[in-house]
Amino acid sequence: MSYVIPKESYTGKVLSFDFGKDDRAVTVGGENTLPFLSFEGQQPNKPVIACEIQDCPPDDWPDTVKDAYRDVSGDTVAWARHCQDVLNAKAVALRLLSTHPDRDDRSAEDAAKTVRDVLAAVDVPLVILGSNHIEKDSTVLVAAAEAASGYNCIIGKAQEGNYKTIVAAALAHNHKLIAMSELDINLAKQLNILITQMGFSKEKLITDPMCSALGYGLEYTYSVMERIRLAALAQNDPTMQPPILGDVGMYVWKIKETVAPEADVPEWGALRERGIAWEAITAIAMLLAGTNLLIMRHPAAIETVEKTIGELV
Amino acid sequence: MIVIGEKISVIAKKVREAMNARDPKPIQELASAQWKAGAHFIDVNIGPAEENGEDLMKWMVESIQQVVQAPLCLDTTNAAALEAGLQAHNNEWGRPLINSTSNEPDRFVMLEMAAKHNAQCIALTLGKGSLPADAEERCGIAAEIMARAAEYGVPMEDLFLDPLILQVCTMQDQAIHAIKAVRMFQELNDPPMKTVVGLSNVSNGVPKEMRSLIDRVYLTLLMYEGLSAAIMNPLDKDLMDVLKTTDIFLGNTLYAHSYLEM
Repeated sequence: MSYVIPKESYTGKVLSFDFGKDDRAVTVGGENTLPFLSFEGQQPNKPVIACEIQDCPPDDWPDTVKDAYRDVSGDTVAWARHCQDVLNAKAVALRLLSTHPDRDDRSAEDAAKTVRDVLAAVDVPLVILGSNHIEKDSTVLVAAAEAASGYNCIIGKAQEGNYKTIVAAALAHNHKLIAMSELDINLAKQLNILITQMGFSKEKLITDPMCSALGYGLEYTYSVMERIRLAALAQNDPTMQPPILGDVGMYVWKIKETVAPEADVPEWGALRERGIAWEAITAIAMLLAGTNLLIMRHPAAIETVEKTIGELV
Repeated sequence: MIVIGEKISVIAKKVREAMNARDPKPIQELASAQWKAGAHFIDVNIGPAEENGEDLMKWMVESIQQVVQAPLCLDTTNAAALEAGLQAHNNEWGRPLINSTSNEPDRFVMLEMAAKHNAQCIALTLGKGSLPADAEERCGIAAEIMARAAEYGVPMEDLFLDPLILQVCTMQDQAIHAIKAVRMFQELNDPPMKTVVGLSNVSNGVPKEMRSLIDRVYLTLLMYEGLSAAIMNPLDKDLMDVLKTTDIFLGNTLYAHSYLEM
């Protein structure tokens, strides 16, 4: 008897949206099968990687990833151009980190200016991230959404504590929106429900169930993402059908495996390769769990993951 | 759980009058309300419809699908009327469901219609003669219908076996037989057979104020045994809340604080 590949067929489908403008716009989501199972269904859009930049020098990044942007990271606009023109990034993720009260506590107006400057300098689609400070983000992201009006960006992250103002801003300026909850499948669903009950279309949402690095709770993130995908596909749960975001870089480039020098832990091998591999492996695990959009930092890690995506799709 | 909204029935005076007058508004309002309340199918029960059955069913299907984007469950003993309904049905939102075939020879034509029009079909486990005595007898009838469905070319996954729900107030012991039958039906095939019940039959004849409670508890027991679908009243919010909550406990839907609103 010949072997027959067992196939699942699903009633549900992941939603898709595009972000960015004109011919540079990219589309995420749209699959009706678990990731990369092309024999079971269609995955019309490849996962997308957004190259992360921020609005202040990356003093807190480890050397491996800081070195990669040494010549440009002092100027946010130059950094964005570098990602687009030199690294050929498909998208850029701008983190407005300097607005955090514990950093420079820069104003929402400053953040809006940065957004305008970056948008004037590059054509690639933009993800606009706050500093992940609940109160501050609710003013910063509102100003940023207005500054980016008409550019069809992804803004976020909207969380339980601040989603109302951010949702209203995304709605008013026609952006896509990141809904973020902290590693809890039920709260992820609840936040998506609350956001759509405000009149925000689920077709414009992307779910961030919170990321984590390999060795630091990756399996929790993986399980939550996988469960979201199964709810979307097998249970046809419309609240769980938005695409998934994996904000990988910020979780990887702070753990000791990407920081500890070879002199301290010779058995761990070369620091640079170790860090790059750690980011790439974490990102690939997220892709296998169902992530549609990754935010990453190191160009070599991005290149590795792009290559893997090309081989899998 | 698949909810089949039962409210559009010739038995209801308002519906009957609208049918006779060909007044679409009351029918469309009922269809729309049921769909918004969470019905996946809208049952269209025109009865035997001996006069102008074809014209009536066609008109019903078209009127309802003007206002709801859902498949319909076509409920008549008149095969010609059924066929007219199947032809008029818009399959864009799902395939229609035929209500119903059984083990009575004059109902075999429903399987022919299902095969011919790529429709799904409810099979009532009722034969000629007396009511089935227990779950085992229901399974015997189900097996005969399944064999016949295969002959007609109806795939097993398009068949919903109905154990025939009887009134608890007059045939109390039948309630548990039907529950057992729902479990046993699933074992008749791999993948498991789908099952359906006409839920409100169970509370027929009991005082009006107790009907919803009886429907709710019975639905929970049936769902625990793996019921796939119910012809029921989606406008009964208490009943829908119990259904959604049972789906949470059974792991069919993912919990969120607002799950009742979805």
